[in-house]
Amino acid sequence: MQARRAAAFLLASGSLLLLAACGADDFDENEKKAIRSLSLAALPERPIDPSNRVSGDPRAAAFGALLFTDTGLSGNASMSCATCHKPERQFQDDLPRGVGAAETDRRTMPLAGVAWSPWQFWDGRRDSLWAQALAPLEDAREHAGNRTAFAHHLAARHARRYAELFGPLPALDHLPADAGPKGTPAERAAWAAMSPDDREAVNRVFSNLGKALAAFEETLRPPQTRFDRFAAAMLEGREPEAGNDLSDLEREGLKLFIGKANCLECHNGPRFTDDHFHNTGVPPVAGRADDAGRADGIAEVLADPFNCLGTYSDAEPDACTALRFMRRDRAAMQRAYKTPSLRGAASRPPYMHAGQFASLDEVIDHYSRAPAAVSGRTELRGVVLTERGRKALVAFLKTLDPQRASDP
Amino acid sequence: MSSQAETGKNRFILALFGLVIAAVAVYAGYRLLAPPPPQIDVTYNTVSADGLYQVTFETDLQPVPVGETHAWILTVTTPDGAPVSDAEIAVDGGMPAHGHGLPTEPKVTENLGEGRYRVEGMRFNMGGHWEIRVGISATPGLDEAKFNIDL
Ligand code: HEC
Ligand code: HEC
Repeated sequence: MQARRAAAFLLASGSLLLLAACGADDFDENEKKAIRSLSLAALPERPIDPSNRVSGDPRAAAFGALLFTDTGLSGNASMSCATCHKPERQFQDDLPRGVGAAETDRRTMPLAGVAWSPWQFWDGRRDSLWAQALAPLEDAREHAGNRTAFAHHLAARHARRYAELFGPLPALDHLPADAGPKGTPAERAAWAAMSPDDREAVNRVFSNLGKALAAFEETLRPPQTRFDRFAAAMLEGREPEAGNDLSDLEREGLKLFIGKANCLECHNGPRFTDDHFHNTGVPPVAGRADDAGRADGIAEVLADPFNCLGTYSDAEPDACTALRFMRRDRAAMQRAYKTPSLRGAASRPPYMHAGQFASLDEVIDHYSRAPAAVSGRTELRGVVLTERGRKALVAFLKTLDPQRASDP
Repeated sequence: MSSQAETGKNRFILALFGLVIAAVAVYAGYRLLAPPPPQIDVTYNTVSADGLYQVTFETDLQPVPVGETHAWILTVTTPDGAPVSDAEIAVDGGMPAHGHGLPTEPKVTENLGEGRYRVEGMRFNMGGHWEIRVGISATPGLDEAKFNIDL
């Protein structure tokens, strides 16, 4: 009788423990709230950029798509945005640092979800997609083009489409073939010799080129992943469809991600980013120019003539909230970089702003060691992870990947 | 009733008893491990540290959002309810548990009169416990009010 009683007790409590260890019930209410906040269901409607009057316009997006792959927009007529932002590779290039006319200092960023991002670039030195697009166009290591050449190219190849969106192009025939404030010494001299009205007219065309490109980039939404389908099922209290469940290891990784490993501190919301800048002690690449990250980005975005408060912006100054209330504390932003989205990250190594880490294992190792930063102070405190915990985090990150066979 | 049925029933009661004990044990364990409920003021209405001002806020988005820049209306009165309409106000804050500040620099952009002030540029970049400090300088003196917000 005594033994039976014990057995019955064991059976009852055992079944209770089992219940707690599997099924959707292994996430408590707080965890479910966190899972919902990470899923695509929590993604707000695509924002309209008030500084870009063709933001959200499908005709502008179609024109922008054309321009995105137009090699005519480069110094040697062989380079386009798509050279580095490869559409079939999540709009990035799998290299540690992007290579245009020459190698750049940073890694090419994927573009899914950029419309939701208040700051562009690893250091946020631009405050809109259209202002961002202008930077690579006249960067000597990227497109290596110049402003009058872009205007002439639009007149020769895209005059009708341009006019439909922005009105007719100004008279350009009297302008030099190659002139711009950022180019070679000859191009800069030619730019300085132009009348202020002509420079202004060309700048306007140049900014509109950026606005059409931006309208296209805005349409790049983060695709659904297995994690999103799992989250949707869990939140509706039903079993995930075949192939959309998460394994025990993946669930453990998810639990760690939203719990003890503190990843949610920065990688939060449906894009897995807080849209802010953090020093995480990622080491610089040996032999490269010093990189202060956001500390330099602050002054640069304020000085950008194409920012939201500038002459070429279509926004009322009041609407420029990101810029007006920007944190300007330079010292706190030393070697801080924009938190990247983790959607799709698993299938596109290398990682970090200059491709410092070759694999997710190296990334997780960095988070557990939390080394001191070479300058500024790292915000990481180090997480203690078991061997299984590390595997679990990596397994979870893979569920955010749209490239898997099960995720069309 | 046969003794067989009797034992069956007993066994069932015992199992039920075991289940209850297990549930209690799990609940006790949970209470033991879960952090104690925070003993902090979570209302959007507070008195400044030296008691000079009564401060409340409303937000233009409800509930207070994470990851979205939004505006607050602060209302400042004396403890007996008279509006303080000549105040200089500074807003700052952060997450004490994580040792970081706000991702933005909010500012008072408009004095709406009747002790009401529009604060723009409020932004919280993660869920959790935030502390917002409102520095107030007006005729009654300099004082600071603090709001605790759980997002
Ligand atoms: C030479 C390769 C290269 C070319 C060509 C290039 N990019 Fe980039 N892109 C990069 C690199 C590298 C970064 C990150 C640079 C940095 O942060 O300093 C980047 C960043 C971006 C970002 C920021 C994304 C974010 O999340 O902040 C956008 C948007 C972008 N590029 C769009 C474009 C567009 C539009 C074009 C064409 C006009 C273009 N790029 C051409 C390499 C390139
Ligand atoms: C303090 C903020 C912060 C925390 C906490 C944090 N991250 Fe990051 N994460 C970042 C930043 C910032 C970068 C980019 C850093 C750089 O390039 O220098 C990054 C980069 C990454 C990358 C590389 C993505 C890419 O495209 O290069 C991965 C993967 C990643 N984090 C995963 C995690 C995981 C997993 C955790 C939890 C263990 C975590 N992060 C915790 C801020 C954070």
